[in-house]
Amino acid sequence: MNNEGVDKSKRQFLTSALTVVGAVGSGYIAVPFLAQMQPSTKAMAASAPVTVDISKMEPGQLIRVAWRGKPVWLLNRTPQVLETLKTLDDKLRDPLSNESEQPDYTKNPLRSIKPEIFVAVGLCTHLGCSPTFRPEIAPVDLGKDWHGGFFCPCHGSWFDLAGRVYRGVPAPTNLEIPPYHFVSDTQIIIGEDPVEKAA
Amino acid sequence: MKTNRWTACGNWILDRFPLTKLWNEHMAHYYAPKNFNFWYFFGSLALLVLVIQFLTGILLTMNYKPDADQAFDSVEYIMRDVNWGWLVRYMHSTGASAFFIVVYLHMFRGMMYGSFKQPRELIWIFGMLIYVALMAEAFMGYLLPWGQMSYWGAQVIISLFSAIPLVGDELSLWIRGDYVVSDATLNRFFAFHVVAVPLVLVLLVFLHIVALHEVGSNNPDGIDIKKNKDANGIPLDGIPFHPYYTVKDLAGVGVFLLFFASVIFYTPEMGGYFLEHDNFIPADPLKTPEHIAPVWYFTPFYAILRAVPDKFAGVITMGGAIFVLFLLPWLDRSEVRSIRYRGGIYKKALLLFVISFIGLGYLGTQPATSGATTVARVLTAVYFGFFLLMPIYTRWEKTKPIPERLTDQPGLEERIPALLETFDEITVKTDNASIWLRRKPDYKGLGNLALRLVKKLKSSLD
Repeated sequence: MNNEGVDKSKRQFLTSALTVVGAVGSGYIAVPFLAQMQPSTKAMAASAPVTVDISKMEPGQLIRVAWRGKPVWLLNRTPQVLETLKTLDDKLRDPLSNESEQPDYTKNPLRSIKPEIFVAVGLCTHLGCSPTFRPEIAPVDLGKDWHGGFFCPCHGSWFDLAGRVYRGVPAPTNLEIPPYHFVSDTQIIIGEDPVEKAA
Repeated sequence: MKTNRWTACGNWILDRFPLTKLWNEHMAHYYAPKNFNFWYFFGSLALLVLVIQFLTGILLTMNYKPDADQAFDSVEYIMRDVNWGWLVRYMHSTGASAFFIVVYLHMFRGMMYGSFKQPRELIWIFGMLIYVALMAEAFMGYLLPWGQMSYWGAQVIISLFSAIPLVGDELSLWIRGDYVVSDATLNRFFAFHVVAVPLVLVLLVFLHIVALHEVGSNNPDGIDIKKNKDANGIPLDGIPFHPYYTVKDLAGVGVFLLFFASVIFYTPEMGGYFLEHDNFIPADPLKTPEHIAPVWYFTPFYAILRAVPDKFAGVITMGGAIFVLFLLPWLDRSEVRSIRYRGGIYKKALLLFVISFIGLGYLGTQPATSGATTVARVLTAVYFGFFLLMPIYTRWEKTKPIPERLTDQPGLEERIPALLETFDEITVKTDNASIWLRRKPDYKGLGNLALRLVKKLKSSLD
């Protein structure tokens, strides 16, 4: 090949320019390709609030409802349970829920609006398994230190009946509390913050 | 002149495509060491399983529906109503486990004979990438039947990404395409499982073999056969891959298929290890099964994840357990490749590693009790100790002198007299008439044999 009279610096410039244009072009096309995998509009819309009737809940009973495809628990806590919850603070990682996810109106030791009615997203904050409800005290498989709570079978995380995580288990934070409010004494809406009362 | 016409046709192709060259380079004139043993079957078997998975996978996609409402039923439809659907499905599900068995043995072979060591580091890296791609392929394939284990397994593994600081939550949302594992997740995993990852796998297998054929195969003696060549430049200890190893591998294929078929026909679920019991229950997003465990081939890493009492640290440790394997060629400082001539310290370390890997694999299938967690922590320490202390202990290693040429190991035939002698030693004659009971066990002989075996094991570890 005859290379005489070739302006090498021009060739170099054209090569660099084409590389830059190509890189920018790839960057632009990467956006729609990657964004394609984000939740679709339909998936985002499917997060409507859910109304739950709690009039038939017995003391100590747990019911599960689906909200945004996630399991949400509603637990009717007995007075004994509420007493026990007060004694556990030194065994818990975050007893005051400072590092956990919950609406402000549930950021209290019992993590609820009404003390008896506990509402939480039933997914372990470790890796998203749904813990099992184990209200009994000191069962054989969990040992003497168990005061009733939620046990995650996947990786052995412990939560008390206020969804607060114990120390020394894999889960980093307390169970998430969804926004919710009472429409009446017997009806709860999950997925919506309480309406601000007129001052 | 029929033959001439065929020859002409063949020549027409050969003038335009380097078929002869490719064949000679990779088969007929590819010289492999003559002393390959049992452990050298698993590379070609892995290729066989890959082909089985492709064929059965293509057939399965013809009837499977990647839809959260229909997926579970479509798998049951394949099992019950599609002609021979059960066979194809069991071949595919057993194939997944067979793939990992074969690949684990193949990797262990590399660790025993130092096949990862200079100049074969890249082969090891490509192999590790194949292993990672295979794990992704198996994981995404396991979601497709949309059973309870599929669903919650995927939920846990995708949540692993959420442990990454700052971008974790966004990343796991992007992977799922929804706030929880849902139809969107199933559909995209289907796309990855049947198109994207298989393409990557084929590419990596190609690179793995190209890299291997560039430097040549290692062997159980771990010495370079290219050092001793005849006048024509052919290694004295080498034999052409075809026909010698193609035929040998065919024998391996026969034995493998015997085991493979036995599992498919007699125990396709393998007692819940190949297909877990809870996966015969359709996915329920509101309820996790009492005891969830991944399929057996992931359990060692799962046990490591559970052993660490912190979310982010656990994920890092588990990722590190896989990543550290990539570094193996640079961690091992020993000059000698094969375990036959390495010092006792590496043999003992490798034994401990095998124990920790199998132990963790077992614990990963069991519930996370506090006792089990403690053992898992010890074994995790052993696992990492094997790798991270390797630069130190392999430098101390007292290796044995390596031979100039490949050594001959006694074949099966040569072992028969010794085996008969051992049989005489451990049994005594009885006066029973039945041919089956003419000899009965001799406990003293058995004791002697056990003692000899223990001594042999001990001396082989030095």
